[in-house]
Amino acid sequence: MHVVIVGAGEVGTTIAENLASEHDVVIVDIDERRADQMKYDLDVLTLAGDGTDSETLRSARIEETDMFIACTDDDRTNLVACGTAKTFGDAFTIARTKRIQYLRTWERTQQAFGVNFLVCTDLLSAENIVRVIGLPSAVDVDPFAGGLIQMAEFEIDEESPIAGQTVAEADRFESLTFAGLFRGGEMILARGDTVIEVDDRAVVIGSPESVQLFAADVAPEATPDRADEIVIVGGSEIGYHTARLLEERKLSPRIIENDHERARWLAEQLPNTLVMEHDATDTEFLAREHVDEADIVVASLESDEKNLLVSVLAKRMGVDRVVAVVESGDYVALFEEIGIDVAINPRGVTAEEILRYSYDTVAENLAVLENDQAEVLELELSDSSELVGRSIQELVDEIDAQFVIGAITRNRTLVTPRGDTELQPGDHVVVFVETSFASKLAAMG
Amino acid sequence: MFENADIRVGWRASFDLIGAVLVYLAGPLLFPLAVAVYYGESLLPFLVAIGVTFALGGGFRYLGDPEENLGPREAFLAIALIWLLVATVGAIPFVVAGTGTIAHPINALFESMSGLTTTGATVLLDFSIHSRSIMMWRQLIQWLGGLGILILATAVLSELGVGGAQLMESETQTRDLNKLTPRISQTARLLWGLYVGITALAVGVLYALGVSGLAPNMDLYNAVAHAFTSVATAGFSPEPLSVGAFEPIVQWAVVPFMVVGSTSFVLIYFAINGDPMRLFRNEEFRFYLGTLAFFSVVVAATLFTDPEIDYGTEATIRHAVFNVASIVTTTGYATADFNLWSPAAKQMLFLCMFLGGMVGSTTCSIKSLRWLVALKSLKRGLFTSIHPEAVRPVRISGNPVDEETIRDIYAYLLLSIIIFFLLTIFVVVDAARVGADVSEFDAMSAAAATFLNIGPAFGDAGPYGSYDGFSMATKSVMIVLMWIGRIEIIPVLVLFTKAFWTS
Repeated sequence: MHVVIVGAGEVGTTIAENLASEHDVVIVDIDERRADQMKYDLDVLTLAGDGTDSETLRSARIEETDMFIACTDDDRTNLVACGTAKTFGDAFTIARTKRIQYLRTWERTQQAFGVNFLVCTDLLSAENIVRVIGLPSAVDVDPFAGGLIQMAEFEIDEESPIAGQTVAEADRFESLTFAGLFRGGEMILARGDTVIEVDDRAVVIGSPESVQLFAADVAPEATPDRADEIVIVGGSEIGYHTARLLEERKLSPRIIENDHERARWLAEQLPNTLVMEHDATDTEFLAREHVDEADIVVASLESDEKNLLVSVLAKRMGVDRVVAVVESGDYVALFEEIGIDVAINPRGVTAEEILRYSYDTVAENLAVLENDQAEVLELELSDSSELVGRSIQELVDEIDAQFVIGAITRNRTLVTPRGDTELQPGDHVVVFVETSFASKLAAMG
Repeated sequence: MFENADIRVGWRASFDLIGAVLVYLAGPLLFPLAVAVYYGESLLPFLVAIGVTFALGGGFRYLGDPEENLGPREAFLAIALIWLLVATVGAIPFVVAGTGTIAHPINALFESMSGLTTTGATVLLDFSIHSRSIMMWRQLIQWLGGLGILILATAVLSELGVGGAQLMESETQTRDLNKLTPRISQTARLLWGLYVGITALAVGVLYALGVSGLAPNMDLYNAVAHAFTSVATAGFSPEPLSVGAFEPIVQWAVVPFMVVGSTSFVLIYFAINGDPMRLFRNEEFRFYLGTLAFFSVVVAATLFTDPEIDYGTEATIRHAVFNVASIVTTTGYATADFNLWSPAAKQMLFLCMFLGGMVGSTTCSIKSLRWLVALKSLKRGLFTSIHPEAVRPVRISGNPVDEETIRDIYAYLLLSIIIFFLLTIFVVVDAARVGADVSEFDAMSAAAATFLNIGPAFGDAGPYGSYDGFSMATKSVMIVLMWIGRIEIIPVLVLFTKAFWTS
């Protein structure tokens, strides 16, 4: 595969490192010295030039490119680069952006700006933080349909209240589907009367809120609920999205932000978050607001140094779990060494997400479960799809495959699948399916 | 001062609009004219008024210039003068008819201004001596005042952001302050239909009660007269006993129309166009219904426990609900002489005068949205006194209200209270000057009832009484304050600032 990467920063380098051994990689960077440096560090072809310039791209053999990844630090450069690349051929284009507005625009048609896949760094980082703090008990979590749907896999331990319950008893949430169970490494299709046993692994698909509630049922000790105090220090974009996603999961965090205008903006956007305008490194203030009694502190200030300071401070005050955003990949290990529970590196997270896409040639979103016994697929139904126009009950009866329709989104709103729900063109369907039937089902979408 | 080259108000644009309104006023004047023809009464009062309004309107149009841009300042000037001039023209038939107290020009202007501002305070003493066409003109001018304020409140004041009026739920949020005209006419057309429709429904309901024999004295004349002033939340009635002159079923039937008249017409528009639940998603509406229910229950309880009052169960509840609704919606009808109620009940009704209905309706007074924002912001103040660093926007129906708007609303409340107290003091002092017997509470209630455009007060100016007893000086000041209070204070007060004219 011929891969062109624009931007030789942390993200571009990580991706190049991973792809270089098996693919033919060209890196384009505007900074000549950095491009040169890359040539010696990695076994790739480097080009110094502007990634939005068609001449530069032509030198990178853009016409024969299979995959084009624009991951500079500048959103607009990345979008323009993808648009430019699309004029030369049919490379699969991936762009990285920071601002969520571009993601929201892109989601409308999923091909805006000539981008085939768009990774929003800040949102992705926030999703990771929320997963770490919101679903610590989950073995695996994956978002689908732009975050409207979540798939999570939980291991049922002895303490879990749902051990010994039937599936029907455990699945008491409106917008949640109990997709499947793994027992002793074997997949079993869950029926309403199947009893959940200790050491089972349960896969659920539904709205983020319902998954969060289910997690609280599975592991009430580890899962935060409304009574738990979550403090986000720093109202950066990542801090904002973290709070927003927590609100979506019916949790009420607090945000500490020093800038007046920004604090007001956050308070307007986040009705269920208590926004406090103050310097987060003022220990007297932290004590007065009882931040020491917080269950979770997220450090999401703009600089690593401040995040380090806040994290250490929180740890010393006795906060249970501290999650820090670390912009510089080199410091991740340092943060974790001094006792910060989780360090999230936005660039690392972005590179990982892009790589996840580049391994599979198909652009569909999927998650592989339990050594590839089962997969969770997201299908966008076309007009001619064989699944369209039939009720779910009919599909289950007719199709000779082990699958469960976990959730549907229609016009970006969640539709809870029922036996009589009829699938329509344009629906995004998230299906839990035994791996051997996955490609068959995907072909029907 | 118009010769001054530094005048920064495009008054020619205002004059053109004023002229147009005055010329159009001839249309509604044809209605009492027709009534006069039907009953064989004198046509002269209305013919004179039609002549004057044509002449005056023509004069303003001659001075005005339709090409000039109507911006916020020009709108303020036009609004203030339109209300003043229409009230003046409205007084002409009373003076020309020359019957009773309203033959005096000041009294006629009081009656006309009270009508146009949908106040409902009257200086009539003997209702029976006036012709049916004059009494119908009194009703119609209130209905016109209701329509006028509706268009003003939804299309103009919300755009100009007077006292937090921009918070009103409107169908589109435009911020183009320099071109008001297209939006006014568009909104006006929409609201006009809705207003006429609701009025027609009210006529139908009331007349049906009359025809069916449930309320024998509710003839077509009365049905039209009361439909006009209930939907306009205005309060005039050709009957000296107001709605109390009719059967209980009529009294119950009038309540929903007063409430509809004091509900945001934009909300009503959405509700009847396929989204009825929007009403209940609107926090102001829920709050407003809550205050109505709360005060109805409190007043009913006060009446039940009052040994002096023995209406019977149904009548006690009816009088409590009707009169609370009448005051809160700022209509000013009465079904009983609440002057005779206990001080506790009277005090409750007095408090109700300051509430008002929803923004964007025909209601007067301070209005529930302003109270809601003020209460929420006070509650926020309590929270931030414990957590000084907390940033908490005040939210209405989930939408944050910006801090400047909250300050505007506080200023509006304070201004209303100050003007109310100044007017009270004036009424008391002036009564002492002429040696009239006006108690402080009577003076307070009369001040509130006129400035907040409620109508009936307590004492001599009570629901079955008259404002005729006040001196001409007091009545003149009340005329001015009804005018100021009706158009939300600011459009009149800004005219008296130097900055309005020159900067």
